[in-house]
Amino acid sequence: MPNMSKVKVPMPEQDPNIRNKNFLEVSLGYTEENALEEAERCLNCKHKPCMKGCPVNVQIPEFITAIKQGEFKKANNIIKETSSLPAVCGRVCPQESQCEKFCVRGIKTEPVGIGRLERFVADWAMKNIDEKSIKPVSNGHKVAVVGAGPAGLTCAGDLARMGYEVTIFEAFHVAGGVLMYGIPEFRLPKEIVQKEISTLNDLGVKIITNFVVGKSETIDDLFLDGFEAVFIGSGAGLPKFMNLPGENLNGVYSANEYLTRINLMKAYEDNAVTPIYKAKNVAVFGGGNVAMDAARSAKRMGAENVYIVYRRSENELPARAEEVHHAKEEGIIFKVLSNPNEIIGDENFWVKAIKCDTMELGAPDESGRRSPVKIENNEFILDVDCVIVSIGTSPNPIIPSSTPDLATNRWGCVIANEEGVTEKDGVFAGGDVVTGAATVILAMGAGKNAAIAIDKYIKTKIY
Amino acid sequence: MYKILEKERLSEQVVRMKIDAPNVAKKALAGQFIILRVDEKGERIPLTVADYDREKGITTIIFQEVGYTTIQLGKKEVGEYIEDFVGPLGIASHVNEYKGKNVCVIGGGLGCAIAYPQAKAFYEAGANVDIIAGFRNKELIILEKEMNACSNKLTIVTDDGSNGNKGLVTDVLNNEINNDTKYDLVIAIGPLIMMKFVCLATKPYNIKTIVSMNSTMVDGTGMCGCCRLTVDGKTKFACVDGPDFDGHLVDFDESIRKAAMYHEHERSQCNLEGFKNA
Repeated sequence: MPNMSKVKVPMPEQDPNIRNKNFLEVSLGYTEENALEEAERCLNCKHKPCMKGCPVNVQIPEFITAIKQGEFKKANNIIKETSSLPAVCGRVCPQESQCEKFCVRGIKTEPVGIGRLERFVADWAMKNIDEKSIKPVSNGHKVAVVGAGPAGLTCAGDLARMGYEVTIFEAFHVAGGVLMYGIPEFRLPKEIVQKEISTLNDLGVKIITNFVVGKSETIDDLFLDGFEAVFIGSGAGLPKFMNLPGENLNGVYSANEYLTRINLMKAYEDNAVTPIYKAKNVAVFGGGNVAMDAARSAKRMGAENVYIVYRRSENELPARAEEVHHAKEEGIIFKVLSNPNEIIGDENFWVKAIKCDTMELGAPDESGRRSPVKIENNEFILDVDCVIVSIGTSPNPIIPSSTPDLATNRWGCVIANEEGVTEKDGVFAGGDVVTGAATVILAMGAGKNAAIAIDKYIKTKIY
Repeated sequence: MYKILEKERLSEQVVRMKIDAPNVAKKALAGQFIILRVDEKGERIPLTVADYDREKGITTIIFQEVGYTTIQLGKKEVGEYIEDFVGPLGIASHVNEYKGKNVCVIGGGLGCAIAYPQAKAFYEAGANVDIIAGFRNKELIILEKEMNACSNKLTIVTDDGSNGNKGLVTDVLNNEINNDTKYDLVIAIGPLIMMKFVCLATKPYNIKTIVSMNSTMVDGTGMCGCCRLTVDGKTKFACVDGPDFDGHLVDFDESIRKAAMYHEHERSQCNLEGFKNA
């Protein structure tokens, strides 16, 4: 008899007023009892609608059935067949717009907590299974992967399982991309990311860090080195600024810089060598998930007041509802319908305040989105000593500029079709470098599709 | 991990190291830099590629012990390892267009470690190279032999005159200009304030002046904007758009104030190590 509870089994969390002072994970994960109870909510539908929402095709009813039977190891094996990073996906996927969106239970009540169950299985496996994956027999073909973010790691993992000799080239000193420098420890512990990546090593994937493709070597050099195909998964890491007066004052960060200092360089630890400015009052410009991460990090760094400054209303916030909810619980203040027009500095060139226009929502545009319109003579000033600009990122130009025959569009994104095929022979691309900033799981899906296309290309030489 | 193959003290606080880093040496050009991390707790700092040997896969760096990280680096000995070493980064200097032309390379203090590979590249590309090198005193003079070998004329001045040639680099430059030396290009590398004054000196004569900006950096690949500066009213990232820029267009006052952003933190880090000169 299935569990017909209308709501998901709640996941234990740290108390908001305790967690906003530490960098430990907010959500504590299901216990075995929680997982068994939630698994019983799955109806094991024959047509598996949930699976069409998963970009990496995890066999969802199958792994949940294994949980119901208490076969956690089997559940893990089922997930691992198609997903390289389940502990990551279970935590950071926007399941409400992916797998859980199509769950039959979700029509009338809350959908099955697929993400929570995936996370439970992956965490259980990390704790309880010691055996390592075995490197498949080599097929003798070499493939290079540029960038060790979600797209590159997934593409590499899938190719390695097919028998390819894969080398990943990563510019930073650790693999993981945004999983390491962007998403904070309190949402995604870095130890878990590294453990998950280490399973790729077991499959024989070589990861070369401190290697900037486009500078250390070009894409064409990689072909000369004997790689038969190249996958570009270099992401969209170039921060946008607003070109406001005062944007170069001391105390103004891009969200990328602020989060990199905190997450990758661990500037939140006592005696950290990498410095970060410990501000009292912080304004974060933007309303996406990155803005939420930056705001919640600033709070944990000891800021008294942290403001999300967003030009549309709360309904239009691009961040996940869960992230907004967590941020509010932790005391982040939302200044919506506010558009910064100037950052004001003091005599020592430090941020002292921001000046904002008050906005209202106008008529819907062609896309159905209501644009913010400035209300005249309604400016206000907010005293802050730090500004974090989080209005988006675009692809880094290093690879396109060093690969003249690789076509890009006017936003600097590499042009590739759904299979990851670019306009340059033997070169495939996927993830944010193609789509612009999107989600972890879409990047993983793109890596997966490209692995299939690369396999076909190398075996048939048809491009 | 990157092995230290040679280490040499050029002056009391300035060290030259040769690092086993074939991935950098393979492509490095004058004007480019690397980012390193001394150990796994360390921060990422940028240093200019001072020289390279493509055959042997060796990259040379020169650094001054000015704070926590450079002091840690200075303690490393031959045979020991540096945790991370990535590059070459940034845009290389455009040397080839100056064949047969008159180029004046100006280095201030440790800036000479950056000016030297640039001067060498211009010299080898067939430019007539004058070098003006400034130091606070005689004890701090570095790379005299090397700079001599890649210039038509080397002038070394000291702030206190202890080498018998008292003055500022701008004094020497002004003298040359007044004596009708026609420079097609001036390159200034050193403290921000020195570069600013070189630019002020060349501006009235419309001599093209390139400066090498030494902004604070984190990643060095264009993904954070920590190193941003204003050039001709526009925001640029020193790590990917530079580090070389047209000095007449750089907002030096802004860069000078930005450079002070972490002074307090840096001082406390140094005190932890009992650093006497902080």
